[in-house]
Amino acid sequence: MTGSILVQIFVYLAVAAIAAPLAKRLGLGSVLGYLVAGVLIGPYALKLVGGIEDVAPFAQFGVVILLFLIGLEVQPSLLWRLRTAIFGIGSVQVVATTAVFTAGALALGLDWRQALAIGLIFSMSSTAIVLQLLEERGLRRGKVGAAAFGVLLFQDLAVIPILALLPLLGTGPAAPTAAAAVVHGAGVAFLDGQPAWLKALAALAAVAAVVVGGRYLTRPIFRSIARADLRESFTASALLIVVAAAIAMELVGLSAALGAFLAGVVLADSEFRREVETDIEPFRGLLLGLFFVTVGAGLNLPLAMQEPTRIGLILLGLMTGKALVMFVVGRLFRLDWREAGTAAAALCQGGEFIFVLLGFAVGARVLPTDIAASLTAAVALSMAATPLVVMAWVRISRPRATLADIPENTFDDDAPQAVVAGYGRFGQIVARVLSANGFRVSNLDVSVEQIALLRRFGRRVYYGDAGRLDLLRAAGAGTAKILVVAIDDRERAQEIVRLARESFPDLIVLARAFDRRHAYELLDAGAHVTERETFEGGLAMAAEGLKALGWRAYRAERATRLFRRHDERLFESLRHLWGDEERFTVAQRESNPRMEDLLRADMARISGEDNVSAGWDTTSLYDEIRERAAQGESPDVPAQEETP
Amino acid sequence: MAETASTLVIFAHPVLERARVGPGLLAAAQGAPHVEIRDLYELYPDFTVDVEAEQEALLRHERIVLQFPFFWYAAPALLKEWLDLVLTHGFAYGEAGLALKGKVLACAISTGGGRAAYQTQGHNRFTIDEFLRPFDQTAHLCNMRWANPFVVHGAAVLNEADLAREAARYAEYLRGPL
Repeated sequence: MTGSILVQIFVYLAVAAIAAPLAKRLGLGSVLGYLVAGVLIGPYALKLVGGIEDVAPFAQFGVVILLFLIGLEVQPSLLWRLRTAIFGIGSVQVVATTAVFTAGALALGLDWRQALAIGLIFSMSSTAIVLQLLEERGLRRGKVGAAAFGVLLFQDLAVIPILALLPLLGTGPAAPTAAAAVVHGAGVAFLDGQPAWLKALAALAAVAAVVVGGRYLTRPIFRSIARADLRESFTASALLIVVAAAIAMELVGLSAALGAFLAGVVLADSEFRREVETDIEPFRGLLLGLFFVTVGAGLNLPLAMQEPTRIGLILLGLMTGKALVMFVVGRLFRLDWREAGTAAAALCQGGEFIFVLLGFAVGARVLPTDIAASLTAAVALSMAATPLVVMAWVRISRPRATLADIPENTFDDDAPQAVVAGYGRFGQIVARVLSANGFRVSNLDVSVEQIALLRRFGRRVYYGDAGRLDLLRAAGAGTAKILVVAIDDRERAQEIVRLARESFPDLIVLARAFDRRHAYELLDAGAHVTERETFEGGLAMAAEGLKALGWRAYRAERATRLFRRHDERLFESLRHLWGDEERFTVAQRESNPRMEDLLRADMARISGEDNVSAGWDTTSLYDEIRERAAQGESPDVPAQEETP
Repeated sequence: MAETASTLVIFAHPVLERARVGPGLLAAAQGAPHVEIRDLYELYPDFTVDVEAEQEALLRHERIVLQFPFFWYAAPALLKEWLDLVLTHGFAYGEAGLALKGKVLACAISTGGGRAAYQTQGHNRFTIDEFLRPFDQTAHLCNMRWANPFVVHGAAVLNEADLAREAARYAEYLRGPL
């Protein structure tokens, strides 16, 4: 079964396709899914794949890309805003956790280098799990959320120096694993044998090259590609930058991951950040998945699992150690005991990076494989256990004495008043206006990148297809007052409207329509309000056009307002033409655009009335005044319409 | 002193494109020295007055002239909106609202009816001063000095020469001590 490379690729892709969604559905997160699947197909279990050397280069590139993406997130403004949380709480947490676990490992009789490696590695928590948990419990926005986010971001940053440090702790020559190559400039060490000062100089030059090149070279390239509108070249260039930075670092014996991270930081405040991020994201997902599968495959987990007590003790030590440290750190930074406890419970697991770092540590001969396997198993279990710990803590810490004081609708207070399905170009405008005006809004979207971003900014975003009833309910449609359907798919939008109207009779459903016809369809589906997405934009542009043609702003404004009213009336009066879909399909298609009707009505309007309303039209009044003046009467007659 | 005093003209006209007197008066104001004009219907066609910007403009000048056509014995809707929103408590009036203290407030209006209509015995039964009392009191409440209004009468019957003369008179008014 381990024959051709194609078969291997097939196995890995099959695993990615099956294991990750399965694990996610079980609430375990995709990382655990990949890991377990890796163990299953690996040489220690089903033996579906042989050595991991064939896929290792691809897998390690996943880590490189991950670090590039982390670099992209490191915007100076974000760092500044969260400086206390990141550099205060975060740094203290990492240092203290490292110290505690290093001491623990030393006490268990490990070598100091191994102990320090374990300490450093165990300071990592799982960004994905923690943010998800806090979000679900509505804690993302408060002090706990800020503290946790700061810690997680600092940990992400700390990965870089830890990666650099691990090889120095090695006790033997590095082995060629997936991980080791990322740390060392594997293979390309043309500086071997050169004096140290030259190496250092070359390293500095490489860093400078990445920074300067990233800053001044990438923008013109991206700009020209963006102008040419070539999507695939954009993706290619983005990948190219990552690879180029990685190679530059490898050439001088630094880690490819460091190069990618640097390139990310350099691009973090470029206008192409989002674009690069979205283009690279799929590669990260796929290759990182592959990486975790190879980590799993490389583990002799079955052997480790034969010692459940050992793993149980490691798990217990890991979680209590991390929780205690975080609790103390939280108290130090003025969280009350309940907040500190929540942060501690949330951050008590080991993170995805531990798998990465353990892989490196094994590759760099810092840790023997059996210890790494036990640790990996314990970390995986800690990730699975975290939700339970948080749930237990919330229950324990709930203030009993004052329970009666809390009004019954505490939970309702936090429930969203509006649900916005589809957080794209249209939906996000709606959501932003609503939340800017103090309404609690929850959003549903199917774009993972979008969600990750929004969550980071403290918005309630749920991943998922709004066409699923359970998701609509989870997003709060059962208690919310309005639902805004702003998804990018005509038919899906109608289905969602229909579903929402059937399932939540009190919910007011507002739907974004693509065009006139779609608006009718949405109304037929039961939408209370529809808004054609291009209509207001077109009107606004028309007003700008009238102004550019020399009209006063208010005249242009009134002209477009009148046109809007005219069009809305027309919309109503033409509605019957769409009618029953089954019976009138053919007739509809013929009459469909109904452009003649529109144009005819427009013409009638234009010839019929000017856009100055009669109240301001002084022609007849002035005629009357002049007539009387001519007849010898004094001109000081009329009362109303005193017009210049 | 009046020569160098700076003036803010708050101009409100919903249908300037059809007006007979308005354009001439606006041009006169534009040509006058030390005058800043805020054309409300051009700035805020959607009626969303930028209160901060308007208050800053008020602070920049010593004299405030509200210039508008006298439709239905009152200011156009947007100017009323402007007064409601910009002259806030704590800024324009109230114990701490001393921002406008000592400044001058005046109205520059145009009417369709002639001078004789705005007399106790005339068609409109009240004088211009009586009609402008809400503005007079607004000035008082804001610790401002209420100045004599500038009025163009008989918009309907003025010929081109009359219009030019009225515009020149307005320029003179703005240049004078109010």
